[in-house]
Amino acid sequence: MNQDEQVKVLGLWGSPFSKRVEIVLKLKGIPYEYIEDVYGNKSPMLLKYNPIHKKVPVLVHNGRSIAESLVIVEYIEDTWKTSYMILPQDPYERAMARFWAKYVDEKVMVAMWKACWGPKSEREKETKEAYEGLKYLEKELGDKHFFGGETIGFVDIAADFIGYWLGIVQEASGVTIMTAEEFPNLQRWSKEFISNNFIKEVLPPKQKLATLLKAQFGSVTSD
Amino acid sequence: MSSGEVKLIGAWASPFVMRPRVALNLKSVPYEFLQETFGSKSELLLKSNPVHKKIPVLLHADKPVCESNIIVEYIDETWSSSGPSILPSHPYDRAMARFWAAYIDEKWFVALRNFLKAEGEEDKKAVIAQMEEGNALLEKAFIDCSKGKPFFNGDNIGYLDISLGSFLAWLRVTELAASHKLLDEAKTPSLCKWAELFCNDPAVKPVMPETAKLAEFAKKIFAKPQA
Repeated sequence: MNQDEQVKVLGLWGSPFSKRVEIVLKLKGIPYEYIEDVYGNKSPMLLKYNPIHKKVPVLVHNGRSIAESLVIVEYIEDTWKTSYMILPQDPYERAMARFWAKYVDEKVMVAMWKACWGPKSEREKETKEAYEGLKYLEKELGDKHFFGGETIGFVDIAADFIGYWLGIVQEASGVTIMTAEEFPNLQRWSKEFISNNFIKEVLPPKQKLATLLKAQFGSVTSD
Repeated sequence: MSSGEVKLIGAWASPFVMRPRVALNLKSVPYEFLQETFGSKSELLLKSNPVHKKIPVLLHADKPVCESNIIVEYIDETWSSSGPSILPSHPYDRAMARFWAAYIDEKWFVALRNFLKAEGEEDKKAVIAQMEEGNALLEKAFIDCSKGKPFFNGDNIGYLDISLGSFLAWLRVTELAASHKLLDEAKTPSLCKWAELFCNDPAVKPVMPETAKLAEFAKKIFAKPQA
């Protein structure tokens, strides 16, 4: 394969957004070169490939760059129509998958983050929002193995934060929103999600991630 | 499968509602338009979109689809053999359309909305500067995506045209309120040309709100409460 055809991923080892892209590439068996960006210091490469948002992940393929993790995931799905497909075939099911992935991104993740590390005055409100958001996901998951049904799909990948990061974030921040008692489906799902062989390969080590989170955000008791 | 009654819950003034209306027109799909009353939410809306309680909601054989851009993709995929393709066919072009559509909703529109809410000259100036920066990015995006053709999507209106074009009436209302051209022929010539073509497209004309009517509506909804 020539240089241009090779897939490059510019990411950050601790970022759930970055990992979404790696998870999809692994599931679909697409080889890629991973380039680590630098925490706290945006590299020239990042600024070149994503001048609009200046954020990871960025995918580079055929000499062109694509940013925004869920846009990248759909690009990978559109480009490599291998046997492992992330999105269902049926247009209605696809719309549902896109809806829930967007919901995870825009509501649940944002609320969770703010509930743990946002301005103190807003934490109660954000905790309630995060809790409600997780309840909707709990219901949507039901007793399916994965949001995608029998196999890991678009929503599962979008919800990688919930599957792995959330537990570590809760421990690091001291804020607990998702408990096993109140969210048995999500609890069961996250265990299955992280035990997938491909996903296991790319997840950041727990202790290293906890240290990073504590360093980046301090503890919940500090102002 | 594309059979089954189509209904759209929405409101004439909403740019988000306009998106699926244009898409349905492009695909020549007849639908019943169920108008919500401003200030209240119908039982049907609350039942069909319990998570967000927002318009638009497409009901296809009574199954709800929510979120305007997701509805547009659904329409494209369901009525794929009818009318032109709304999403581009090449994966990279599709990615660019989705990327810019997300930018428009998350950054560009937020700036536009902030202008309508801005109080005082300083605030307004700051938002205008933000908008002009965004427009410059979109001008370049248009040149890259259109590749010399009239629309972001090429020869025909597509996903990104609909995503940005749905805000044109509100943009005009904002320009009137600001007495300031936000889409300037000198700074963004391609976008200005595109805007005119978009507004005159037969799929768009019937559903684009009239500027005067929208300006009146905007005055009403952004009016400060009586002290």
